Amino acid sequence: MLKFILRRLFLEALPTLFVIATLTFFMVRLAPGGPFSREKQVSAEVQRRLDAYYGLDKPLVVQYGRYLTNVARGDLGPSFKHSTESVNSLIARAFPVSLELGLWALLFAIITGIGAGIIASLRPNTWTDAAPMTLAMAGICLPSFVLGPLLLLLFGLTLGWVNVAGWNTAGDRILPAITLGAGYAAYLARLTRAGMRDILSQDFIRTARAKGLSPARVIFVHALKGGLLPSVSFLGPAVAGLITGTFVVESIFQIPGLGQIIVNAAFNRDYFLILGAVVFIGFVMIVMNLLVDVAQALMNPRLRISE
Amino acid sequence: MSAPDHELEQGTSLGHDAWLRLRKNRLAMAGGLLLVAIAVLCLIGPTLSPYGYEADNLQLGAAPPSLSHWMGTDYNGRDLFTRVMVGGRVSFAVGFAATAVSLLIGVLYGAIAGYLGGRTDMLLMRIVDILYALPFTIFVILLLTLFGRNFVLLFVAIGAVEWLTMARIVRGQVMGLKKQEFIEACVAIGMSRRRIILRHLVPNTLGPVVVYVTLTVPSVMLLEAFLSFLGLGVQPPMSSWGILIGDGARAMEVNPWLLVFPGLLFSLTLFALNALGDGLRDALDVRGAKD
Amino acid sequence: MKTVVRLFPLLLICLTAISCGKVGINSATAGKPFTPTPEKNDNVLRLGNGDEPQALDPHLVAGVMEQNILSSLLEGLATEDPQTLAPVPGAAERWEISPDETVYTFHLRENGRWSNGDPVTAEDFRFSFERLLSPNLAAEYAYMLHVIKNAKAFNEGRIKDFSEVGVKVKDERTLEITLESPTAYFLAMQSHFCYFPVHKATILKFGKIDQRDTDWTKPGNFVGNGAFQLADWKVNEVIRVRPNPHYWDAATVMLSGIEFYPVKQAETEERMFRGGQLDCTTTLPLPKLDTYKKDYPNLLRRDPYLATGYYLFNTSRKPFNDVRVRRAFSLAVNRQLICDRILKGGQTPAFFLTPPDTAGFTSRALLTGTLDEARKLLADAGYPDGQGFPEVELLYNTSENHRIIAEAIQQMWHRDLGVRVSLVNQEWKAYMDTRRKLGFGLCRAGWTADYNDPMTFLDLFVTDGGNNNTGWSNPEYDKAIAEARRTSGATRMEAFQKAEAILAAELPILTLYHYRTVDLVHPRVQGWYPNQLDHHPYKYVSLKAN
Repeated sequence: MLKFILRRLFLEALPTLFVIATLTFFMVRLAPGGPFSREKQVSAEVQRRLDAYYGLDKPLVVQYGRYLTNVARGDLGPSFKHSTESVNSLIARAFPVSLELGLWALLFAIITGIGAGIIASLRPNTWTDAAPMTLAMAGICLPSFVLGPLLLLLFGLTLGWVNVAGWNTAGDRILPAITLGAGYAAYLARLTRAGMRDILSQDFIRTARAKGLSPARVIFVHALKGGLLPSVSFLGPAVAGLITGTFVVESIFQIPGLGQIIVNAAFNRDYFLILGAVVFIGFVMIVMNLLVDVAQALMNPRLRISE
Repeated sequence: MSAPDHELEQGTSLGHDAWLRLRKNRLAMAGGLLLVAIAVLCLIGPTLSPYGYEADNLQLGAAPPSLSHWMGTDYNGRDLFTRVMVGGRVSFAVGFAATAVSLLIGVLYGAIAGYLGGRTDMLLMRIVDILYALPFTIFVILLLTLFGRNFVLLFVAIGAVEWLTMARIVRGQVMGLKKQEFIEACVAIGMSRRRIILRHLVPNTLGPVVVYVTLTVPSVMLLEAFLSFLGLGVQPPMSSWGILIGDGARAMEVNPWLLVFPGLLFSLTLFALNALGDGLRDALDVRGAKD
Repeated sequence: MKTVVRLFPLLLICLTAISCGKVGINSATAGKPFTPTPEKNDNVLRLGNGDEPQALDPHLVAGVMEQNILSSLLEGLATEDPQTLAPVPGAAERWEISPDETVYTFHLRENGRWSNGDPVTAEDFRFSFERLLSPNLAAEYAYMLHVIKNAKAFNEGRIKDFSEVGVKVKDERTLEITLESPTAYFLAMQSHFCYFPVHKATILKFGKIDQRDTDWTKPGNFVGNGAFQLADWKVNEVIRVRPNPHYWDAATVMLSGIEFYPVKQAETEERMFRGGQLDCTTTLPLPKLDTYKKDYPNLLRRDPYLATGYYLFNTSRKPFNDVRVRRAFSLAVNRQLICDRILKGGQTPAFFLTPPDTAGFTSRALLTGTLDEARKLLADAGYPDGQGFPEVELLYNTSENHRIIAEAIQQMWHRDLGVRVSLVNQEWKAYMDTRRKLGFGLCRAGWTADYNDPMTFLDLFVTDGGNNNTGWSNPEYDKAIAEARRTSGATRMEAFQKAEAILAAELPILTLYHYRTVDLVHPRVQGWYPNQLDHHPYKYVSLKAN
C-alpha cells in the first residue's frame, strides 16, 4: 500500500501538476484584457512601465521559465489586484476557511445523504423510501442561490437565530454548511440508495439473510462496503469541488474563501493568482483522488489484487 | 424426434426487453409523459401566447399573476409565462445536449480505461485529473471570450466538464466488473475487446450511469445559470430557467411569483426525469428480478 | 397506496413551492415601522464598501471605494464642508492665492501630526507630489496633478529634476504651489486621494520613493495624518480603522472606529443591513426600492450625485458614423420612463452630459425632438422603418441594473424605430478591452465626477482622450476645452457651454440619466449629509446611542 501511494505521488502527481501549470499559464495569457484595464485608461507610457515592473514585457517563454523556477521555490508570485499581498499569503488565508466550510458541508452531506440513502434502500417503494428521496429532490431543485437566501430569511432575519453574514462565530458555520452540502447530500442519497439496492438484490445477501444473520449485520457488515462504492467514487472530485468551488455560497454569506479568490482572479486577469490557485487546487485534487482510490481499494478487495 | 420450432426460439434483444419492462412501470411512464408534455409546452407555448418573450411593459412593472398574465410579470413588465416557456427551451437544449456530450465521451472513455487497466488506464486517468484541476470558470471564460459567445460552444463547454465525473464512475464500475466470471468467460472464448466493452461491460454499468444522468441534467441547467450570471451564457433578453430562478431568488421577498413558477417547472422536470430514470435503470437491470 | 407513496415527492414539491411564495408575501408586507437592531453597541460605524480595495496607497489606486477608506486615514491641504462641499482648511490652516490665481501658498498647522507623532511638514507634501508624479510609479491618477506647472513634463519623463516643478517648500510649514494656469477647482481637488500626503520617512523605510507595492500600507506600518488610523486589514473580509489620537482635530471625532466591508452582492448587503451588521450600504437592489419607499422611508436615502450614465456610439463605422442615425436613436429613448419605472430613485433624464448645477454650471444646449422626427431621420439616413439596418451590438459590463435598462431600451428601439439591436454583456476586463478596441456599435458607460467642476466631465471627449472610446474627434471641441483650462469666471463657463453645444449637435454619446445615490442608512447615523459627491467626512459622523 505504501509503495502504491508513494508511486502515485511522485510518478504521477508531479508531472500532472507540471502540465496543469503549463496549460493554465498559456491559456490565461491568451484571454483578452490584461490586469491593468481600468476605467480610467492609463497612458501608453504608464502601461509600459507597469508591464516592465511585473516582467510582463519579456517574451512569453521567458516569463514561463521564470514562473516555473519561482514555483519550484514555493513562491507563487505577486497579485495584481491585491497589490500588497502575495499569492501565497492570499491562498494561505483563504484555504483554511474553504477547507473548514467544505468539511462541515461534507459532514452534513454524508450524514444526511448516506443516511437517507441507506434508510430509503431498506424498504423500497414505501414511506421510508419516498420521504428521504423527496428531501433529496429538494436538495437538487433548490440550488444554493435559492436555498441560502431562504434559510437566511427564515433563520437569520425572521427568527434572528443566526447572523446574516460573516465567518466569525461558531453559529456562522451552520447555514453555509447546509446550503453548500444540500446538493451533495442529494447526490449521495440517490447514489447510496442505488448502490445499496444493487447490492441488496444480489445472491450473497440472500444467503446471508437465509443464514439467519441480523438485518443490521447484513447491512453494515456485508452490504455497505459494496453499496457505498458509487458514492465513494463520487466523493473524490466532490470534496475538492466543495472546498474550491463555493463562489455562490461565499457571495451570499460573505465568507472570505477560495471560491471568491479564484473567480475574481479570473475576472481581474490576476495572472499569478490564477496560476497559483490552479496549481494549488490541482494538488488538492490529486490528494483527494489518491485517498478515494485507496478507499476504493480497501472496500473492494478485487481491485487490490490487480495492483 | 421432431425439429425445434424456430419461431418460438426467436431471441429478444436487450433493448426490446427493457422497453417491455419499462412499459409496465406506471410511474416511469407518467414521468416520461410529463417530460414530453413540458417539452411540448415549451416548444409551442410561446407561439400561442399573445405576448412576445421580450415585449416589455414598463408602466406595469412586476405584477402578480392575473387573468391577463397567468404567471405575472417581471420587473420590466414582461409576461412570465411566455418567458418561462422560452427559458425552458434553452434549459432543455443545454441540459440534454450537454448531458449527451458528457454521456457519450464519458462512458466510452471510462469503460476503456477501466477495462484495459495498467498503463493505459493510468494515462487516461491522468488526463482526466489534469482536466479536472483546471478551474472551470477560467476554462469557460477563456473559451467563450476567445471563440466568441456561441450557443453550441456553451454546451460543449459544459458537457466537456461533466464527462469527467461520468468517466470516473464508469471506470470504477468496470474495474469491479471485469473480474467477474462472465467477463472472463468472454475472454476465454476469444471475444474481441471492442465487443466485450460495448456489448457486455457498458450495459452493465448503465445502472449508476442512468442515475447519474438524471443528476447531471439539473446540474447542467444550474451551471448554465451560473455562467449566464457571470455574463457568459445566453444573452438577454433571451432567458433560461436558471436565470429566471436566479432573478426570482433575488426578488423573492417582494415578487415571489418570479421564483415560484420557474422553480415549479424546474422541479417538475426534475421529478419527471428522476421517475423516468429510475424506471430506465430498473428496466435495464439485467441481473436479477426486482422486488 | 404505492402510487400515493410515489407521488408524495411531487406533492411535497408543489406544497414547498407554494409555501415559499407565502413566506415571501408575508414578510414583504410586514408594514410596521422597522429599524434594524445593530449587532453590536460599540460606537463603531459599519459600512458596506462594494469591493476589496486594490491597495491603501493613495498614489496607486483609482476608485470610489478606496476614496472612502483613504479619506479616513489621510487628509489633504484642504478638506470639504460636509454639507456644501466647499473647501475648508484641512492639513493647512489657511492659504493665499495670488491675484492671477496661479500661485497658492499653503500654511500648515502647527499642531498637525502624523499617527506616529511626527509633525506634518511641507516637505511631506512636496515628497508626496513628487512620488505621485514619478514616472516609474506609473500612477493612474497622476494626470490630476498636471495642472501644476511642469508636472506633466516631469510625469512623462521629459524633465528629470523635480525642483523644476511648481511645488516649493518655503519653510517647514509653508508650501507654495504654482499652476500652469488659473484652475478654479484646485482647492476642491485637494479632497481627492491623489492629493493626499504620505509620510516621507515611512515610505523611504520600506522602499524607494517610486517603488510600487511595498509593505508600508500594512497594519502596523501605515502612518497617516487623518482622523483615523489603520487597525486591521483582512483581505476580502474587513478593514478596520480606529481614532488617531495625534490628529489635530481629534477632539471633534466622535466614533470609536469604522469597519469597511467589501460586500459585492447588493442582496447580501441589504440582508446585512437588516440584520444589523451594516449601518450604511452602497446601493439597493432595484426590486426592493418600492417596498422601502412605501414602508421604510426612514431607512432609504436618495441623494443627488454627480454622475451621468450614457451609451458611447462607435462613430468610426456604419451605421453610427451618420449623425442622423445617432440622433434618431437618441430621440427614441424614453428617458423619463426609465427613470420613473426602472431606476425609481429620483434619477433625472440626461439631455446633456454634465449634471445640472455642477459648480453652478448648467448646460443650455440639450437634446430635443420627437419620436416622429426620429423616424424621419432614420428614413433619411436610408433605413425607413428600420429596414436594411445592419446588425448592431450594444455592449455593457455584467450588472443587473445595466441589463434591465439595456433590455428596456432595446425594446424601445425595436417597437418605435423597427431596428434590432442585440445585447452583449462581458465581465469587466473583457468589456474594457472590447470597449477600447471599439468592438461595438453602442457601449454602456458612466462617469462619476472626480471633483466638483464641469471639467471632470467635459474633458472626457477631447481628441484621443483616454476614455473617449467613440472614434469621434472635433477640433472645435478641443479648442473649447483648452480655453476652459486657461480662463476663469464667466469666460470659462461660456467655453463649457460651447463644448456642450457641440456634444448636443454631434451626439457622439447617447446621454441617459443623471445618477442619484440610492442607499440605506441607519437612523442612528448622525452627520451623514447628502451631497453631490457622496463624501462623508467621518470626523463629523456619530452614532446615536439607543
